[in-house]
Amino acid sequence: MLKPRTTEKIAKFIMWVAAILTVTFLVLVLGYILLNGLPKVSWEFLTTEPEAMGAKGGIFSTIISTVIFTLVTLVMSVPVGVLAAIYLTEYMSRGPVAGVIRFGTDALAGIPSIVFGLFGFAFFVVLLKPVTGGWSLISGSLTAAIMILPTIIRTTEEAIKAVPVSYREGSYALGATKWQTVSRTVLPSALPGIITGVILGIGRAVGETAALLLTLGGSLFIPLSLTEPASTMSMHLYKVAMEVGAMDMAFATASVLIISVLLINTGANVILSGLKRRTTA
Amino acid sequence: MPRKLRERAYKIILFASALTALLVIIMIGGFIFKEGMPVFSKYGLPQVLFGGKWQPSTQLYGLWPMIIGSIYLTVGALILGVPLGVLTAIFLAELAPKRLVALVIRPAIELLAGIPSVVYGLFGMVIVVPAIRALASKIPAYAEDPLLSSGYGIIAGSIILSIMILPTIINISEDAIRSVPAEYKEGSLALGATHWQTIYKVMIPAAGSGIIAAVILGMGRAIGETMAIIMVAGNAPIIPDSIFSSVRSLTGNIAIEMAYSSGEHTQALFATGIVLFVFIMIVNSFALRIIKRRVKNA
Amino acid sequence: MDNAQIKIHTKDLNLFYGDNQALKSVNIQVEEKRVTALIGPSGCGKSTFLKTLNRMNDLIPYVKIHGEIYLDNLNCYQDYDIVELRKRVGMVFQKPNPFPMSIYDNIAYGPRVHGLKAKAALHDIVERSLRKAALWEEVKDRLKHSALGLSGGQQQRLCIARVLAVEPEVVLMDEPTSALDPMATLKIEDLVQELKSNYTIIIVTHNMQQAARTSDRTAFFLHGEIVEYGATEKIFNVPKDKRTEDYITGRFG
Ligand SMILES: Nc1ncnc2c1ncn2[C@@H]1O[C@H](COP(=O)(O)OP(=O)(O)OP(=O)(O)O)[C@@H](O)[C@H]1O
Ligand SMILES: [Mg+2]
Repeated sequence: MLKPRTTEKIAKFIMWVAAILTVTFLVLVLGYILLNGLPKVSWEFLTTEPEAMGAKGGIFSTIISTVIFTLVTLVMSVPVGVLAAIYLTEYMSRGPVAGVIRFGTDALAGIPSIVFGLFGFAFFVVLLKPVTGGWSLISGSLTAAIMILPTIIRTTEEAIKAVPVSYREGSYALGATKWQTVSRTVLPSALPGIITGVILGIGRAVGETAALLLTLGGSLFIPLSLTEPASTMSMHLYKVAMEVGAMDMAFATASVLIISVLLINTGANVILSGLKRRTTA
Repeated sequence: MPRKLRERAYKIILFASALTALLVIIMIGGFIFKEGMPVFSKYGLPQVLFGGKWQPSTQLYGLWPMIIGSIYLTVGALILGVPLGVLTAIFLAELAPKRLVALVIRPAIELLAGIPSVVYGLFGMVIVVPAIRALASKIPAYAEDPLLSSGYGIIAGSIILSIMILPTIINISEDAIRSVPAEYKEGSLALGATHWQTIYKVMIPAAGSGIIAAVILGMGRAIGETMAIIMVAGNAPIIPDSIFSSVRSLTGNIAIEMAYSSGEHTQALFATGIVLFVFIMIVNSFALRIIKRRVKNA
Repeated sequence: MDNAQIKIHTKDLNLFYGDNQALKSVNIQVEEKRVTALIGPSGCGKSTFLKTLNRMNDLIPYVKIHGEIYLDNLNCYQDYDIVELRKRVGMVFQKPNPFPMSIYDNIAYGPRVHGLKAKAALHDIVERSLRKAALWEEVKDRLKHSALGLSGGQQQRLCIARVLAVEPEVVLMDEPTSALDPMATLKIEDLVQELKSNYTIIIVTHNMQQAARTSDRTAFFLHGEIVEYGATEKIFNVPKDKRTEDYITGRFG
């Protein structure tokens, strides 16, 4: 039997090791990819079109496609998600309907992306082909939009719940209606939280691949309309690594992806701290 | 009264938005079942679920190898990821210097969660797989068989998955540990227990259901992960007999073959989707129930 | 003083939170352009009563109300649209609750939700309301700054100004000074004195001196009932009811 003191020391040592390992994994993954990829990332790589399925050339069209795809996805999911969250937190009274709606949101959050892909394929690509053009930007975006919907709903709900009741009381007491109270007092106060949700959504959209393999089409041309196929950076990375086997190009693309995620996170933090400074004193 | 009408209209729009998620989940279930059911009804549920051969070219649609594959990969990921994740969570909640957490560890975890799965897959392909290949080539019995010695397989898949589920496990376990009332901790320390004894005997049991929920949600992520797995697991539709063996997950089955399938083959992939859908719903409903119970008890 | 108009009166007002009765046959006549103080021990129903007057209780789904409340002889729950009622009956809360916006936007909030868009008119209202609340001189140079940067006392006067901006007839105040220091409290009390020439004010307070200093009439609540109601000097000097006397002399919980 070990003395409690000794056990304590060993336990703490193990926990330090665990935490260090976690951070090490991250440094390893990021470091290795950036070390191998960054040297190949040049202005030219960013601004020229892929050649030979991505074995040569740059990734210009996939960058453009990623931006368009992400924007279209957000335009379709953020309004619905925010409105849904408002309903769930401010309007819905308890009862069986509430339970069913809550179940729907919770269940949607857990569905794997490949299942969204199957659905997107069956519904947007095949059934709605006359409208969506089959494999296309809009089919992919719609699929991604329903995928990030639960994220937007949840983060917005949390943000709305954190708004002090006294703000609502103050507004109602001035004769504001429910919608006026929500739109002029509650939502502005919840804005930082909503932005966090949107950022998480962007992250998921930029990183998504599985569902897009089944819906976005994978064309390496810049899409000229929403009904044309496209390929995002993540999707391109997968194909270049697995199908083309051009590892140097894969590393470079992965580096661009990682840098984008970093930029998005940093940008979000800057916006958030700016917003917080504006609302508190 | 126009104002009342407007308020009513807003309410209807909001309600419709709130219904979207529910509607979508019903449609997802509906479409996948509609497309996948014919295979089950034609070949029989047991044949499809427990059939050991997946050979679409000869109309053999046994999903058993992929079911086993998903289970192996998930269990492997949990074996590696849960101890690491839970220990890190305890570290963060109880031991870590605040500045270290705020400046290094939390941003690191946030970043870990934000990295696209294809990037993990790429990392696995170029680092983990070659390492395992080197190891396997030292085992004489494996060296000849490409399905065992390629380095692509259960181990590589489990390692990559375990890293990917770390953020989920860490974040939710840490929340659970932090929400243990301070009195419990103080009570134990006041009785002369050491910090570790307090953690081990008081904090962890009190946070137990939260940690279990974290593990189940991590499990859900592991079962649902697609891209990283197909990049490192080898994807042979066989029932693996070694942890070095190539393996295919349910998710991988769909992602790999969807592009060139047609007709009944496509339906069989939707049938794979049904199995996955049901799997996930079961796993997540467990997690939800545990989380709800925690909320109620709190 | 005696022939004041009745602004608000209630008839057998009963209120239940679920099964818990918080108000029991409350009958009261509140006089116009006077300050009425509501006193009584914690949990006796003062806030509840105040909130029924501008229907803030409507926000709680399990509240049941029997009896009637009249504002200018019209039934608050039947004859008024809720927005109209709250415009006429403003409320100031115990803890100052400015919105997390600029000082200007806080004051302009009410007029804006009621449809006022013209810039000049808004400017005018903002200035006028801040002046009435004795805050203009302190904030006129920083109207665009966040209201959360003001001191507690300033925040509470801002909240009063915010209410005045919608031009109410009645102002309800629920322990408006309980979160403030003595100096800020005195300023609010002075303000109440000034406002009563134009507004009917009902103020809940736990501070006996405050009730005595500021109010014309006082109602003593106990367990959801009004035990005694009358001129403030009478209540504090010659209370009729033993319980009132016990309470104001501090012999009570
Ligand atoms: N939202 C509510 N839900 C249920 N019961 C409530 C609610 N608000 C108040 N009550 C109950 O109604 C009774 C009267 O409460 P009220 O807040 O009106 O008292 P009060 O006189 O304002 O007390 P205090 O001086 O502490 O502010 C109390 O028994 C209280 O518990
Ligand atoms: Mg009160």
